[in-house]
Amino acid sequence: MATTDAAVDIRELRITFDTDGGSVAAVRGVDLQVAPGEVLAVVGESGSGKTVTARSILRLLPETASVSGAVLVGAENVVTLDARRLRELRGTSAAMIFQEPSTALNPVYTVGWQLAEGLRAHGKYTKKQAHAHAIEMLRRVGIPDPERRVDDYPHQFSGGQKQRIVIAMALALDAKVLIADEPTTALDVTVQAEILELLRRCRDEFGTAIVLITHNMGVVADLADRVAVMYQGEIVETAPVRELFATPRHPYTKKLLAAVPRVELIDRAVPEVVEGEAVVEAVQLEIEYPGRFGRKPFRAVHGVGLRIAPGEVLGLVGESGSGKTTIGRAIAGLTPVTGGSLRVLGVEMLGVRERRFRPQRRRLGFVFQDPATSFNPLLTIAECVAEPLIVHGAAASASDARDRVDELLEAVQLSGSYGDRYPHELSGGQRQRASLARALALDPELLIADEPTSALDVSVQARVLELFEELQARFGFASLFITHDLAVVDRVAHRVVVLHHGEIAEEGPTAQVLGAPQDPYTRRLLASLPVPDPVEQASRRAAFLALDGSAS
Amino acid sequence: MSAAVSTRPVRVRPPWWRRLPVLQQLQQSVGLQRGMLVAGLVITGIFLVVAIFAPLLAPYRYNQLRGPEGLFGAQQPPGPDHLLGTTVGGYDVLSRVIWGAQTALLVIIVAIVLSAFLGIALGLLAGYIGGWFDRITIVIADAIYAFPSLLLAIVAAIVISGGQSSLWGGILAAAISITVVFIPQYLRVVRAEVLRVKSEAFVEAAKVAGAPTSRIMFRHVLRNSTRTLPLILTLNSSEAILTLAGLGFLGFGIEPSAAAEWGYDLNKSLSDVTSGIWWTSIFPGLAIVLVVLGITLIGESLNDLADPRLRARRKPARTAEEAVAAEEPVAREELGEVL
Repeated sequence: MATTDAAVDIRELRITFDTDGGSVAAVRGVDLQVAPGEVLAVVGESGSGKTVTARSILRLLPETASVSGAVLVGAENVVTLDARRLRELRGTSAAMIFQEPSTALNPVYTVGWQLAEGLRAHGKYTKKQAHAHAIEMLRRVGIPDPERRVDDYPHQFSGGQKQRIVIAMALALDAKVLIADEPTTALDVTVQAEILELLRRCRDEFGTAIVLITHNMGVVADLADRVAVMYQGEIVETAPVRELFATPRHPYTKKLLAAVPRVELIDRAVPEVVEGEAVVEAVQLEIEYPGRFGRKPFRAVHGVGLRIAPGEVLGLVGESGSGKTTIGRAIAGLTPVTGGSLRVLGVEMLGVRERRFRPQRRRLGFVFQDPATSFNPLLTIAECVAEPLIVHGAAASASDARDRVDELLEAVQLSGSYGDRYPHELSGGQRQRASLARALALDPELLIADEPTSALDVSVQARVLELFEELQARFGFASLFITHDLAVVDRVAHRVVVLHHGEIAEEGPTAQVLGAPQDPYTRRLLASLPVPDPVEQASRRAAFLALDGSAS
Repeated sequence: MSAAVSTRPVRVRPPWWRRLPVLQQLQQSVGLQRGMLVAGLVITGIFLVVAIFAPLLAPYRYNQLRGPEGLFGAQQPPGPDHLLGTTVGGYDVLSRVIWGAQTALLVIIVAIVLSAFLGIALGLLAGYIGGWFDRITIVIADAIYAFPSLLLAIVAAIVISGGQSSLWGGILAAAISITVVFIPQYLRVVRAEVLRVKSEAFVEAAKVAGAPTSRIMFRHVLRNSTRTLPLILTLNSSEAILTLAGLGFLGFGIEPSAAAEWGYDLNKSLSDVTSGIWWTSIFPGLAIVLVVLGITLIGESLNDLADPRLRARRKPARTAEEAVAAEEPVAREELGEVL
């Protein structure tokens, strides 16, 4: 057979799930080959079957799945393998890197123990050898001081280090194939760049084949050799990475690539500065979370000063833990302010009573990050959107508010009939648009959007951003737009504030901050952002590595 | 977007009775789980019918000692006049068993209504308000857990009935003592759910919208916290029957002149067992076992069906038609947004 030299060979793979609503075909006839030392990226939006396809290589599928076709790893067909042989194969021939490193490690064992466990399970190592090998693996994936750290517990490592340890576990038995399921989605961009570098080293030094599942086209451009595009359980296009980005053939691929946000540095005209009070004004703002008994409180934000003028969109950018969400929640009165001053719509939030702030709430809207949980599952969309109207006495009941609700849903391009549906009957993007409608129900002066697009697929994200821009132009509300994605901020914000460890690293007009960053942290942030263009990304990578070298 | 607008959303909602707690689960169950649920429903259904129509079904009154031909006589074996014989006190066993169902049902209803309302209200307050109120309620609930429930029931029975044993006195004594024991369960379960729901984004969305606390609590939190209640309700009903029977067996139940009660009859049949008179103990005992079994079966299947990991599903594509249907692409709302 010609394909025996492939590391993984998937033929005519079909996977069906039994669900309450009958059976659902998740993968419908997929053919895929991965050569040794090759990085194959499988891209597609959520529900396209990319994760299920990749997991079938290790037969890590739930009980409700039924599989037909063949998945050859080396020379063995995983689909028909018996349980014992399958267990031997997992880890030695193919290994998996999970999306969320903090849940992939068992918190009650040391990382050294967990590394050694895999080694000993395959019976090739004594306890002592396993320990030594664990230290060696930690060194190889770049954990500093591995002799000491091998006895540390997972919580003592940072998110990026945990992902390195997960990679070390996957590599420990010299697996020929690595399946990386969204390996960097849970990580910040600067850490993401380091993990991608490590994966690249795995390929180059150990000749490992990597199946990379991701929805981030920047990551694809950075790491992949070949790309398979999945749509509704089928592969619609497979091409070498440069070819795919240069000349996408399938219409879906074209659509997908066009939707990817890029940093383009459009200088948006800052709206006419309306004279009068700022909508939000923070001076030396300080927010602390109370610590556990006897511990010092955790200071999430300190010494932050910012101002949002009426009609202005302020982008708040930062990595996880930078305090950006905390600031947004404090402005909405969901998190108490512990120091400094924060004036929202003319009310001082330091020590404010909910009773005093409640009348102002009608002037404020909030869009939440996760569209799946931001609607009461027992109310229809129309009832959910009507809630603010009812609460503030603009309507007596949901049916009374229906005209206004239909108008709002129309504004976010959900025709009135969507109002009678329940939240779970809408897609993520539709829900997020309904969430916008709810936030705009009382014509607020300020809209706080907390990562409104980070849970959405790129194509859907593009539409929601478009809608946001359009609505902002139409209604002229001021907005605090919180995001970790610099490309998103570039699209919507007039001004940008970059947060780092609870302090402001840099602020200024969008084009200036993203185009000519002054602060070293902002520069690092920008350089680590992978762009969806393999040629450009290669040169950017070199620049980032140089910057990284000089920084550390 | 035009595509999504033109495809008018056709939402086929099942009729309201198909969305009732138990019937909905019956719809989605398959195999052994369905068998368990159906068996439970049948047994419980028979129990309900017998309890409601006891006056029509029973040949005699629960406290009837004499027929047209005089006294029934004590410890008569099963025969044409008395299908299941008579007890040591001279009552008809069949009639006592049938009337006993009515007493059991009344106790279940009163106990469940009292404990569910109080328990849910306390759980909601404790979970949502938290702080010292939460601590105190939980401490009291834990203290109640530490008591043997039957002991508590006996104390409550004595306090409430004061030695008297009328029908409603006995029922209330049993029901209230059961209530005291059950409130902590509802409290715990509802509180745990409320704590989970409280941190969901839609509750925060209501807060940001400025909704008053009471509206958030009832409209948004409570309605989303009642998922596991049908399960506890069924399990508690079977426990209620057992407690009532236990009380009756220990002599704190209802006098035979006031109402029929299975536990009491079991107690009185103790001496019969050794002398070979089987019918006085078997039938009330069987009634208790069957009702508890039926209700527990419902509870257990509801538990399994509520958990997607335990729920069995129909195997895919058994017929050619279904196989074709499974091959069709899944109709997706996003289509309008993607292509």
